Amino acid sequence: MNLTLKIWRQAGATAKGAMHTYEVDEISEDMSFLEMLDVLNEQLNEQGEEPVAFDHDCREGICGSCDLMINGRPHGPEVTTTCQLHMRSFKDGDTIHVEPWRAEGFPVVKDLIVDRSAFDRIIQAGGYISVNTGAAPDAHATPVPREDAMKAFNVATCIGCGACVAACPNGSASLFMGAKITHLGRLPQGQPERDSRVVSMVAQHDAEGFGGCTNIGECTSACPKEIPLDVISQLNKDLRTAIRHGH
Amino acid sequence: MTDQSGTVALNKPAEQQSDDAHGYYTRGENIVDGAAPTGPIKDRWTNHIFDTRLVNPANRRKLDVIIVGTGLAGGAAAATLGEAGYNVKSFCYQDSPRRAHSIAAQGGINGAKNYKEDGDSVFRLFYDTVKGGDYRSRESNVYRLAEVSASIIDQCVAQGVPFAREYGGLLDNRSFGGVQVSRTFYARGQTGQQLLIGAYQALERQVAAGTVTTYTRHDMLELVMVDGKARGIIARDLSTGEIETHLADAVVLASGGYGNVFFLSTNAMGCNVTATWRAHRKGAYMANPCYTQIHPTCIPVAGEHQSKLTLMSESLRNDGRIWVPKNADDCTKDPREIPEEDRDYYLERIYPAFGNLVPRDIASRQAKNVCDEGRGVGPKVGDFRRGVYLDFSEVIERTGEDKVREKYDNLFDMYERITGENPYEVPMRIYPAVHYVMGGLWVDYDLQSNVPGLFVTGEANFSDHGANRLGASALMQGLSDGYFVLPNTIRGYLADGPFETIDESHPAVVEARTSVEQRIETFLSINGTRSVDSFHRELGHIMWEFCGMERSEEGLRKAIDMIRELKREFWSNLRVLGSADTLNQALEKAGRVADFIELGELMCIDALNRRESCGGHFRAESQTEEGEALRHDDEFAYVAAWEFGGDEGQPVLHKEDLIYTAIEMKQRSYK
Ligand SMILES: Cc1cc2nc3c(=O)[nH]c(=O)nc-3n(C[C@H](O)[C@H](O)[C@H](O)COP(=O)(O)OP(=O)(O)OC[C@H]3O[C@@H](n4cnc5c(N)ncnc54)[C@H](O)[C@@H]3O)c2cc1C
Ligand code: SF4
Ligand code: FES
Repeated sequence: MNLTLKIWRQAGATAKGAMHTYEVDEISEDMSFLEMLDVLNEQLNEQGEEPVAFDHDCREGICGSCDLMINGRPHGPEVTTTCQLHMRSFKDGDTIHVEPWRAEGFPVVKDLIVDRSAFDRIIQAGGYISVNTGAAPDAHATPVPREDAMKAFNVATCIGCGACVAACPNGSASLFMGAKITHLGRLPQGQPERDSRVVSMVAQHDAEGFGGCTNIGECTSACPKEIPLDVISQLNKDLRTAIRHGH
Repeated sequence: MTDQSGTVALNKPAEQQSDDAHGYYTRGENIVDGAAPTGPIKDRWTNHIFDTRLVNPANRRKLDVIIVGTGLAGGAAAATLGEAGYNVKSFCYQDSPRRAHSIAAQGGINGAKNYKEDGDSVFRLFYDTVKGGDYRSRESNVYRLAEVSASIIDQCVAQGVPFAREYGGLLDNRSFGGVQVSRTFYARGQTGQQLLIGAYQALERQVAAGTVTTYTRHDMLELVMVDGKARGIIARDLSTGEIETHLADAVVLASGGYGNVFFLSTNAMGCNVTATWRAHRKGAYMANPCYTQIHPTCIPVAGEHQSKLTLMSESLRNDGRIWVPKNADDCTKDPREIPEEDRDYYLERIYPAFGNLVPRDIASRQAKNVCDEGRGVGPKVGDFRRGVYLDFSEVIERTGEDKVREKYDNLFDMYERITGENPYEVPMRIYPAVHYVMGGLWVDYDLQSNVPGLFVTGEANFSDHGANRLGASALMQGLSDGYFVLPNTIRGYLADGPFETIDESHPAVVEARTSVEQRIETFLSINGTRSVDSFHRELGHIMWEFCGMERSEEGLRKAIDMIRELKREFWSNLRVLGSADTLNQALEKAGRVADFIELGELMCIDALNRRESCGGHFRAESQTEEGEALRHDDEFAYVAAWEFGGDEGQPVLHKEDLIYTAIEMKQRSYK
């Protein structure tokens, strides 16, 4: 198929960006969206124009690197990661808009690449269980009800892509944060730090410039890992409990 | 099980008769592992820890350690050394440590817990691993790996890794290719992700505590050597293009594997050999570079623009049955319409004892054989259909679709997303792909390379897997190295520190930095016509064709010539646009591909020298009458450690004999 691409180009963090128009042809529907961009970049290189910068690595839907706004939706028309989006989701002759994530917490680095290090800082604030290496009891010492283990797993699947933030009109990272808080909070190992964790993570979230959650739900509908909205209620519940406990 | 006193050698050192690579290399002195422990195999690690010198807690904070890589090996090591109080600098090329390639591992991690009471033990895990690696790994290292495996599971559970559990709340296990006990711990099809997130969280905890500093979007481009010791790295800040010097008392490379030399592989796009290759050029030996693992269950190639291959977890082989049509004429038919009697369940037929669970190298090669015979399925790529069926219809009928969905849902979804076919209805198609490399920098038992102060962990070293890696053992090695081994062994080296202070004006540092700047300048100024990717693809074709699953003397010689020609063209006809002082992805790739080209040549020389079939490496000249791989222990039971011979010279081969005291070498047979 033949496509028209309108792509955001921005030379650097402080440079002014703009949409540029490119044509690509002979795109097969078995290609992934990123392979289509590879074709474009090959073409640009031939024409002596610098290739478009975009983040990607595993191309398997698991590392969370790839992050594109495609036609105004994070990761495009399907609920998946950009690398797992295939061109069969588009039609011959389509015009496709490609832009970087937009959120105050995610400044643009270049073209389609944004800086998501705020997520790491939110984890640094308490998104872990404090256990030094070698200090662990036998793994069977604490049985975990299967139900809890499954629930914890289901939200531990967050890949930190940031689609939730990009989709949210407030630029809130509550889904991302709620997923971690719910993951660790569901497990017996996560209990001792449960209160302090939520308080510090929320404080860091706000300090990074992410907005507050007003229950719009765009985050969960854009999340490639189907993290449910109730992790945010869990987050709020944990936060209230922590405050009641005097944190 | 034989004598375990650790004193009696069960084999003689190998004596190589053949010399296929004559003219391509020179011979150096044999080497030995100077840190190798002796005595009863089960006491070696315990005694070694005790014998390794300690570093007083007050001194640790004065010692700087650089760790390149934040995967399981690097992330776990950085967290653990941080906890111990050392001053750690951690580097990765991605925007976050959490995205290291370990995240992609699907199937599981082994641990000798014997929670299933099915006859597992540390010795059995050790035995399976040495045997599975075709007796080309070191027994002391592998024993340690098996010994430490149980603590890994404990550590991860304590961190909150949500492994699969049974109804009673205890951990569940499954079995994995090549193994008859259930010792694999898993978190659905995303074990690597969950383990890495555990290590990442432990790492971020240390960042908050101030013991670890992370440098993300940083590419290590050179090793700094001062007075024969590794003392730092030159890195490029990928966002700004700035070239930075980082100095330390010791350097750890945990930079992963180089499977991307084949261009198409299951590795992440950024996986590279640069960190280890730069160290190799500075004197570190590269061991067994030709040992590549080909994974049998990947989604087949669909078209020429394909950029990567996707793995379908090997655990699928527990429930899926592998077959192709008996008659080539049936290959284009709907598989559901091919009756039972016209299907060839070839693994079950040839290897009745192991069936679909034979080790990876065997499963891969048999898949290639049936496709070469013209019985492959799926789209034609070149002259052949390259795919075989992995069929779940029987297990779906037996246990119901829900059970299968519960076990494998994300894998099935991923398959459907990529191929557009529903595997609950139509059998999956799979084909082998490059997946993992057993070769890497040579290290001793302490994980120290032959360059003092340079340590190498995880997939980046050559150590534990021999000529073939069994499933679920790379994650184990990464975490074993990172959490338990390196933190104990590096102490012995650091106990000599702090070392003499050096600064950025030291001539050796200036030299390293200048060479990086000049190299970047060259990439940008060649101004040819071809993109980096086009060179990478071409290299990949050569490697897969001639240094892939099956190799021959003739093919390898041809490949070496082709790679040398490609190298000449690369340095005269490359086109990299943009500049050095900003984010420039083509420039990043240029450096990586330049190193891959040099590595590719060495891989072919190593493969040419090793005239035996062994593990994932099948030499056409060395097979039994039935076409099975034929190993030559008498000639090749050694580690090939290659020294860089200079840009104009030839690589120098140093051999390390593999001597077993606890296990007797046997030809593998899965029949
Ligand atoms: C799809 C897939 C599935 C797998 N499944 C399994 C499984 O089920 N079980 C199992 O045991 N094994 C599995 N493996 C193998 C296993 O995942 C890897 O061998 C292992 O994770 C490697 O870990 P590592 O820490 O050595 O390296 P990696 O995780 O690859 O980490 C490398 C790190 O080095 C950094 N780096 C590299 N080069 C540079 C540089 N020049 N400068 C700065 N930083 C650099 C990267 O940024 C990264 O942080 C699988 C592999 C793949 C590809
Ligand atoms: S919650 Fe979903 S959308 Fe948000 S970072 Fe995690 S995976 Fe991405
Ligand atoms: S590239 Fe890893 S999730 Fe898309």
